Amino acid sequence: MTVNKKDVLLSLHDLEISFGEGKQKFVAVQDVNFDIYRGETFSLVGESGSGKTTIGRAILGINPTSHGEIDFNGHQINKKLSHQEEQEVTRKIQMIFQDPSASLNERATIDYIISEGLYNFHLYDSEEDRLQKVTKIIEEVGLLPEHLYRYPHEFSGGQRQRIGIARALIMQPDLVVADEPISALDVSIRAQVLNLLKKFQRESNLTYLFIAHDLSVVRFISDRIAVIHAGRILELADTEELFTNPLHPYTQSLLSAVPIPDPELAREKKLVVYDTNMHDYSVDKPKFVEVKPGHFVYCNAPEEAHYRKILEEQGQLTK
Amino acid sequence: MTEKSILTVKDLSVGFHVRGRELKAIRNVSLELKDQETLAIVGESGSGKSVLTKTFTGMLEQNGYISHGTIDYDGQRLSDLKKDKDWEGIRGKEIATIFQDPMTSLDPIKTIGSQIAEVVIKHQGKSKKEAKEIAIDLMDRTGIPNAAARYNEYPFEYSGGMRQRIVIAIALACHPKVLICDEPTTALDVTIQAQILELIKELQKDYHFTTIFITHDLGVVASIADRIAVMYSGEIIEVGTCREIFYDPRHPYTWSLLSSLPQLAQKGGELYSIPGTPPSLYKDIKGDAFAPRNPFAMKVDFEAEPPMFQVSPTHFAKTWLLDPRAPKVEKPALIQNLHERFVKTLERDNRLHAETEEMEAEEHDGK
Repeated sequence: MTVNKKDVLLSLHDLEISFGEGKQKFVAVQDVNFDIYRGETFSLVGESGSGKTTIGRAILGINPTSHGEIDFNGHQINKKLSHQEEQEVTRKIQMIFQDPSASLNERATIDYIISEGLYNFHLYDSEEDRLQKVTKIIEEVGLLPEHLYRYPHEFSGGQRQRIGIARALIMQPDLVVADEPISALDVSIRAQVLNLLKKFQRESNLTYLFIAHDLSVVRFISDRIAVIHAGRILELADTEELFTNPLHPYTQSLLSAVPIPDPELAREKKLVVYDTNMHDYSVDKPKFVEVKPGHFVYCNAPEEAHYRKILEEQGQLTK
Repeated sequence: MTEKSILTVKDLSVGFHVRGRELKAIRNVSLELKDQETLAIVGESGSGKSVLTKTFTGMLEQNGYISHGTIDYDGQRLSDLKKDKDWEGIRGKEIATIFQDPMTSLDPIKTIGSQIAEVVIKHQGKSKKEAKEIAIDLMDRTGIPNAAARYNEYPFEYSGGMRQRIVIAIALACHPKVLICDEPTTALDVTIQAQILELIKELQKDYHFTTIFITHDLGVVASIADRIAVMYSGEIIEVGTCREIFYDPRHPYTWSLLSSLPQLAQKGGELYSIPGTPPSLYKDIKGDAFAPRNPFAMKVDFEAEPPMFQVSPTHFAKTWLLDPRAPKVEKPALIQNLHERFVKTLERDNRLHAETEEMEAEEHDGK
């Protein structure tokens, strides 16, 4: 995919998100810096508790930020916005949630669930127009118009996730934050949902922020990947670069945990365990450094030298 | 693994009464579980994999019943046991189960230690003091750091992976002969999942139990299964050794399951997804249950149910494609040369790993 590198859609600067105040203050996410370009899929990968969902929610304005800036389309959005601006942002950034059974209103019909955003923002001319829009989107996600008058409990997990996607995409957003949209689904259904997300991206130049814990899924769908651990981004690179040259030991441990569907190789596999104590940051403080164009690692000076050496040798080998 | 069978299922059918209708969850399943092996049961949701193993411990829901067939365990006919009292000596003691969600399988208002000790006291008749020692030892064995100090903590103070370790410790407290793991890692992160799989493998070496591992993800079982049984709409459609299922699968459904693994996806392309949905289990299924979704389906697949064909002494598959009269069909290109392809990807990706390890080794030697 060719992404125009200059066209930044979302940009996070020195973002910090904390909960509580004073002695109780807990910093969940700190020093987060990254740009998401228009039309790309940017993945945020980390374990539970690493803060990946917190970042996603902050972008939507659900979690307040304690420091730093979130810019969307060139305008800061994590401050007090006018009513009009707020409406604009709410419409342009949509979210797909992890658990399709908990995120749909059990007492509303599918028709209402999908149209709710349209109602809120009066995005239709007449009742006829609304119905036509809803019918179009439900067919695009692979369901039938007759499903509109049913309730969420009548659908399987994969179908509900399609409804979640339809509800987000009917708003014609610029950015979709997909928070583990396939973790709760069977392997065979995952493929359907991922293909659907890709299809929409091709058709309407959507931008995705994809949040996940499993690197194997992310490789297929993303253009760039950021690895997050304990509230900090540790490594950020193009997908193939990250898989071929994982520099940070935590990234290596995540990669080693991906199951290999091959009996022989899976049995030889060595699990890399990451231990934060392996870094000695007492003297030299770590920074987020660009060790190769587009490839960032969180490290201190000696580590940086070591990583650069590895990359250099790597380069010589491929030549 | 020994050749002795520990559990034998013959022609088992299970039904459920659902609002005046009959749902056939399991249809004529036969299975032999060998002593100390790891058998993986793989299938989509609704394929009956959990229902099948629930019959081994008498934990079918109220409206479920065995309509046909037998289950024999160690000289006892489990399919004849009716009352909870009859099950007491089997459930938990001989055959234990680990469930998917470690939060709901622990009691939130009891300490971790007391939940393990309780089982030891009940099943092994130990005193409170002995039970505590055994419990701490079990916590140690399942990889809980500083076990003695964490004995008095509550489940909410443990992470998901830790809780699953405790659930395993409880299951092992009575030294069961068979351990059923029902999607034990589905609710966990990949890193934790890998650790729990390692743990189960290690414990199996020490405790010599037989494992039944239930999952929907074939990728997970490659490292631990000796044999794999693939289930589809209540039937076992293919069973074989781990190598046979991965390198020489014969049933089109197994092909689809393998093809949909995200690890096989090519960038920029489409992920393979199985068209259609599984059949309704309320209706009688005519022919091969997978036929409507099978791109290789023949006319006979819609008319007659295929028998179990034997591929090798350990490998069986239920598809008409194995009939001598059937046309020769190759498995899809996507899953051919699986091994060679993964070797290639790993070589490309892990080149760096190998090197850093070497470098570290050299440094070490230098010191």
